[in-house]
Amino acid sequence: MRRRLVADFAFPALVFVGLAFVPRIDTNVPKLFDGAISEPGTLQLLATCLVFGGIALTYDLLFGYTGLLSFGHALYVAVGMYVANIALTIWHWSFAEALAFTALVGLVLPLVLGVVSLRVSGIAFAMVTLAFAQAASILVHKNPRHWTHGEEGLGTDYHKLPDAFVSIVNTKNLYWLTLAYAAAVFFIVRWSVESSPGRVWQAIRENELRVEVLGLRPRAYKLMAFVLSSFLATAGGVVYLLLRGSSSPEVTSAGFTLALLLMVVIGGAGSRWGALLGGVLYKYLENRLGAIGSSSTVQDLPDVLRTPLSQPLFMLGTIFILIVFFLPGGLAGIAVRGRPRGLRRLEDAIRTEPSAGGLERAEEGV
Amino acid sequence: MSTFVLLTVTGLGLGAMYFLIASGLSLIYGLMGVLNFAHGAFLTVGAYASWWMSEHAFADVSSVLVRFLLGALCGLAAGALFAALVELVLIRPLYQRHIEQVLVTVGLSIAFVALVEGIWGPDARAYAVPSWLRETTSIGGASIPNDRFVEIGTAVGVLLLLQVFLRRTRYGLIIRAGVENRAMVTALGIDVRKAFTLVFALGGIAAAVAGVLGGVYFTTIDPSQGTSLLIFAFIVVVIGGLGSIGGSAAAAVLVALVQQYVNYYASAGIGDLSVVLLLGLVLLARPRGLAGAFAT
Repeated sequence: MRRRLVADFAFPALVFVGLAFVPRIDTNVPKLFDGAISEPGTLQLLATCLVFGGIALTYDLLFGYTGLLSFGHALYVAVGMYVANIALTIWHWSFAEALAFTALVGLVLPLVLGVVSLRVSGIAFAMVTLAFAQAASILVHKNPRHWTHGEEGLGTDYHKLPDAFVSIVNTKNLYWLTLAYAAAVFFIVRWSVESSPGRVWQAIRENELRVEVLGLRPRAYKLMAFVLSSFLATAGGVVYLLLRGSSSPEVTSAGFTLALLLMVVIGGAGSRWGALLGGVLYKYLENRLGAIGSSSTVQDLPDVLRTPLSQPLFMLGTIFILIVFFLPGGLAGIAVRGRPRGLRRLEDAIRTEPSAGGLERAEEGV
Repeated sequence: MSTFVLLTVTGLGLGAMYFLIASGLSLIYGLMGVLNFAHGAFLTVGAYASWWMSEHAFADVSSVLVRFLLGALCGLAAGALFAALVELVLIRPLYQRHIEQVLVTVGLSIAFVALVEGIWGPDARAYAVPSWLRETTSIGGASIPNDRFVEIGTAVGVLLLLQVFLRRTRYGLIIRAGVENRAMVTALGIDVRKAFTLVFALGGIAAAVAGVLGGVYFTTIDPSQGTSLLIFAFIVVVIGGLGSIGGSAAAAVLVALVQQYVNYYASAGIGDLSVVLLLGLVLLARPRGLAGAFAT
């Protein structure tokens, strides 16, 4: 028991406290970053990585721990980014009011949509969530009452933001904010998955039918996971808004959710460190592979090599496919070899069911 | 009235493309349980292969029509080949592992769009077609662009061919039986995996046809066309009921018409929104889709 507490709380706390000192490091790391680590540009990149690490972790709560494959997680990040920004910039609310309102929307919306979409499961659930997220995306692009500014995105009225988060000098504060967010999500996820509902979530992932036979109602538990994960994603959206200083419509796209899926699987589904690392690494690679792609070393290569190498998403997609094939536990799977985890267990759970599901399908005549 | 006719024919033209993508998706899901996110990539292969061949390989052919047809033929071949390769190399090793198969197709769709962007750039490319396709025909007072008829005609042709293939040939029988009950087909000593590759190739051809027609319809091709059409094709497949070709055709027409009418009579964008809401409603009221069963 004590060893677990050390592994689950003391060690991560140490890591996060250690990361808090990163803005104090003045050294240059030539290949990894453009400038010194304490420079705003580098900190901005690291902060973006941390936000995405946190958001990937919220998706892992849904996908890796509860076994719910959602294609609409982007919607809740977008709620954080857009509702808060519209309240601040368009309605001229104060920062605290905007936060309170966003939190309210971030709780009520997933509750309502969760009740509706959890009526179905499996691929149908994925499709319903995709539909809701797509509806939000269309709405944002449509720019109702000039609230969202459509394609160009909505810049934040920075007079309304706390001074500590404005101007490039304060990038280190934003870095600490994102670090605090990632750490908070990490510990909340740890706490929730080890709580008694959290154990039911994992049981649902393993075998939903068995949970039902035990007299529990899986839908109520799935809804709990859905709301918690969505709310944390909304919080992530607000943090990302502060970091970027604007809302951009790309967070509403289906591609955004797919990127979260990539992050979680690359890192390792059903693993906290895995998902966090997956998000951080994905964002870092997306950024750095672009820089490497436009560097002279790559530009001098023959076309056959240069073209794929200068496309970060091509590289990330390929890495992802390779990981699905050869490293089913993701990066976290390397660390815990031999312990069946995450995707593998999810897979087994799903594999045992289709035989029954297949029969049903056959009887009903697909 | 003339607006209504124009909207209807345009809607049917769009529905034709939805159907071509959705039919392959639907067959693949029905038979193999794979939700194929890479289907947009098949469309892109068809569109770019036909464009590239007609621009480069057949540049000497003076007749635009012949060049277009030759290019389209190469596009279809490329689509079929690419889809079959995807099945053999990426899907088959993950046989029966549905989540991982979906993940692989997601990865492929992302990587492939990026690759095409890397090679031909993210911008739209002009797609050359015979000039009479750009002219209009007057029906009921409405000037209808001729290409709409080509799209509708092709989709109806593909629908008929698919139906004949599925109902009159031995392989069609195996596919239909496989959709119904894969375990039983295997138990009868039939290698159902050959049917998997075949279904992928068929889906690849249909998607490539949609890619070529997309070039005709939009007059340009770009790397993200496949992905944006794919989302609506998903909606069509789910509304129509997975595994049912007829259901896909009906749903494609329904979705495209609703989209066109509402976009015009209400406001641009609302049509797309109502289609999405339609999907939500259908799934919640009849989780198995309009035509038949919907497996988890």
